[in-house]
Amino acid sequence: MTSGLWQHWVLPGIWITIQLTVYSAALATVVAFGVGMARTHRSRFVRFLAGFYTEIFRGTSALVLMFWIFFVMPNLFGWALVPMWAAVLALGLSYGAYGAEIVRGALNAVPPAQREAGIALNFTPWQQMRLIRLPQAIPEMIPPFSNLLVELLKGTALVSLLGVGDVSFAAYLVRLATQESAQIYAISLVIYFVIAFLLTRGMRALERKTKAGLGLQPVAAGGAK
Amino acid sequence: MPRFWDGLLVSLQILALGSVLSFALGLVWAIAFRAPTRFIRWPVNLVTEFIRNTPLLVQLFFLYFVLPDWGVQFSALTTGTVAIGVHYSTYTAQVYRAGIDAVPVGQWEAATALSLPTTRTWTAVILPQAIRRVVPALGNYVIAMLKDTPLVVAISVLDLLGQARLESSHTFQYTEPLTVVGVAFILIAYPASLLVRALERRLVR
Repeated sequence: MTSGLWQHWVLPGIWITIQLTVYSAALATVVAFGVGMARTHRSRFVRFLAGFYTEIFRGTSALVLMFWIFFVMPNLFGWALVPMWAAVLALGLSYGAYGAEIVRGALNAVPPAQREAGIALNFTPWQQMRLIRLPQAIPEMIPPFSNLLVELLKGTALVSLLGVGDVSFAAYLVRLATQESAQIYAISLVIYFVIAFLLTRGMRALERKTKAGLGLQPVAAGGAK
Repeated sequence: MPRFWDGLLVSLQILALGSVLSFALGLVWAIAFRAPTRFIRWPVNLVTEFIRNTPLLVQLFFLYFVLPDWGVQFSALTTGTVAIGVHYSTYTAQVYRAGIDAVPVGQWEAATALSLPTTRTWTAVILPQAIRRVVPALGNYVIAMLKDTPLVVAISVLDLLGQARLESSHTFQYTEPLTVVGVAFILIAYPASLLVRALERRLVR
């Protein structure tokens, strides 16, 4: 394999895959917290809307959603997204729906007495959420979110079908140029595996940090003071 | 419209065969995780982790473009089904693993006390108890697999999405075919998820 292909496609491909993962993860996190918190809202209507959102976006395939956003939205609304942002939108909305279920589950797992304590202190619902429920729920969300991030990373491979030059697309081009399929596809699989591994490691460190910060785990060996 | 039905049949066929493959292969992995020697456990862990943490799409390309170089020729449809089945077997393996781990240790000891051979221990004692609990989780992966079947358009299989794209490329009308496909997925996935939830209530207490 010639070095020019590496410089022009594979290395930028890794960078684009990382960018896609970061942007879609950011959007998915916003959607997840918004929709997830809405699913525990007092108002039935808000809960229904949030539930509807998750069912719709969990019900359809991310690839179909991506094609729909890229090909159909311009017809319906008269404006088009470049492939990269169409992909980020599709991945963010779709994985956000899965994230919302994680947020909802973690919020519901906070003991009801904590909520009652908030009411006793005359906290507003938003204060209860911000000061009591979220801080306890967030460490619980991190392991499933870490899985979701790996899923998202793998999902970014779909964008190559819209012609975005990520790792998968680079592999496709290098295969066309060199006819060495085995090598380039094996290498790109290893690239994804390494990024996924680093992601999982990073999330584990984050989990330790948030738990230690909340005093949920003894910080030093020998237990809490 | 006949195209739509052809595509739907292809999608469902991939889903059905892929599910069967992932259920069977996943069980093989899960039993291998508990192999007595680490020379089996270690490679199996490595391989399944690798497959689980890399994109299905790239695996699909790998099988589709590389196997012919090695003299193995499958149709695109077979390649797609195998790729999905193998990919999801690494997920179902984790489900089976959890189910097997949840069988109380006393059950293993009882099998040993009765001096059951290993095969009988698995088939008569452990698996019947483990599999009951994992059925809903397996159901969730069938739904996940359904949503990944459109990936086979990348290797030119005319599934539901493939037919919609073919239709669009003739008429330059993307709106209707792609919307129909999106709605079709929701119409299949939503009742399926209700079914899995009902199963969960019945089987997992």
